[in-house]
Amino acid sequence: MISVKHLKKSFGDNEVLKDISLDVKPQEVVVVIGPSGSGKSTFIRCLNLLESVTGGHVYVTGKDLTDKKTNINEIRKNVGMVFQHFNLFPHKTILENVTLAPINVKGVKKQEAEQKALALLKKVGLAEKASAYPDSLSGGQKQRVAIARALAMEPKIMLFDEPTSALDPEMVGEVLEVMKQLAKDGMTMIVVTHEMGFAREVGDRVIFMDNGYIMEENEPAALFSNPQHERTKAFLSKVL
Amino acid sequence: MDFRTDIIVDYMPFFIKGTLLTLGLSLAGIFIGLILGLIIGLGKMSTNAWIRFPFVWYVNIFRGTPLLVQILLIHFGVVPLFMSPSNPIVSAIIALSLNAAAYIAEIFRAGIQSIDKGQMEAARSLGMSHIQAMKLVILPQAVKRMIPPLGNEFIVLLKDSSLAAIIAAPELMYWGRAAQGQYIRVWEPYITVAVIYLMLTLSLTYLMNYIERRMKTE
Ligand SMILES: Nc1ncnc2c1ncn2[C@@H]1O[C@H](COP(=O)(O)OP(=O)(O)O)[C@@H](O)[C@H]1O
Ligand SMILES: [Mg+2]
Repeated sequence: MISVKHLKKSFGDNEVLKDISLDVKPQEVVVVIGPSGSGKSTFIRCLNLLESVTGGHVYVTGKDLTDKKTNINEIRKNVGMVFQHFNLFPHKTILENVTLAPINVKGVKKQEAEQKALALLKKVGLAEKASAYPDSLSGGQKQRVAIARALAMEPKIMLFDEPTSALDPEMVGEVLEVMKQLAKDGMTMIVVTHEMGFAREVGDRVIFMDNGYIMEENEPAALFSNPQHERTKAFLSKVL
Repeated sequence: MDFRTDIIVDYMPFFIKGTLLTLGLSLAGIFIGLILGLIIGLGKMSTNAWIRFPFVWYVNIFRGTPLLVQILLIHFGVVPLFMSPSNPIVSAIIALSLNAAAYIAEIFRAGIQSIDKGQMEAARSLGMSHIQAMKLVILPQAVKRMIPPLGNEFIVLLKDSSLAAIIAAPELMYWGRAAQGQYIRVWEPYITVAVIYLMLTLSLTYLMNYIERRMKTE
């Protein structure tokens, strides 16, 4: 589904990703953890080319993103992304937020797109907010809309970059619940998060990133109970 | 001090004609300025330094030199190259448009860049092209923020169009000066002209406030 080979990424002189290789199978849920500044966001943003890649290769659904001939807009239709700060479109209603891309990118008919959007909003528990504007929603509600918006494109892969980090604690649960359901439905997911409970419960694999490298990866239970590297131990002792 | 209202009455037809031309110059200036300003603003935001360069200097030059100098250069230097004798109304429209375009370009750029980067990223991550994201997500939000400074620019342009009197474009200020010359009176013509400008700019201010209120409640 996703295959990353010796990925490198620099911002000017600052090499943020040094040599990352990773394969993600269909329906797998990979959780990425690591200290702030270790390159987690940069890594996940390279997977849909929100960041340009400096070296190595990234294959998504078999296509090499680093190949100039690859149409990135086509790839992005298959890769949904959820951001820490939601990034809902404030000038559009909730329903329009969800239908905007299907109508304009995929050419889905308005009525059909709206029906589907309502079904998705229902799934994330927000059907009654369809005609509201993002400003009137709580953080947790906004993030659930953002998930529905991404799902409306029927992606094969979903990327989450700290989806609950900007939320008040009492709203974290409702968003994680939606993500768990998504995992159960068989979505391929890469999730950057500090929610170790989620990693343990839903993750098939946990990746510990530090200083631009994948330091360690393992099944959640094994990684949490028996970390191999000093850096992993130090990090886990702070967050667990 | 005696105030001769008969002068004002006598000259009223000319003041009205002048007012119409003042409005015409301003509208033409803002309209052409909007189109040029959009192009220049987009050019200034190019990631390519070579493309950016001419647009950056266009703005630097037109904002950094007096409009009066621009009007004189355009009327006596540039327009005669393709029109003789050069028409002062044409020269005034060209000078006002080019000058307004520089300010409007900055308004566009600031408006677009004031939109959070996450908006473009979210749109692109959904598969939209850069142009689609601009059209559907960025510009609708940016335009709202551009309305107040654009209204301001229109008011400035309307007042600055009075500089066209210097090249004898028969707008409002031109007739003010003509009346002063004919009657050798200062107060009557210039107060009248000032009051008309004030009425125009105040109407515009109220119109802008109304539009802003409408957009807020939307
Ligand atoms: N657009 C950018 N320009 C320059 N440096 C950046 C940019 N984005 C991230 N970085 C740098 O890359 C490093 C890793 O950042 P990031 O991927 O956001 O880490 P994390 O998500 O793990 O906290 C940081 O040192 C950060 O300053
Ligand atoms: Mg991050």
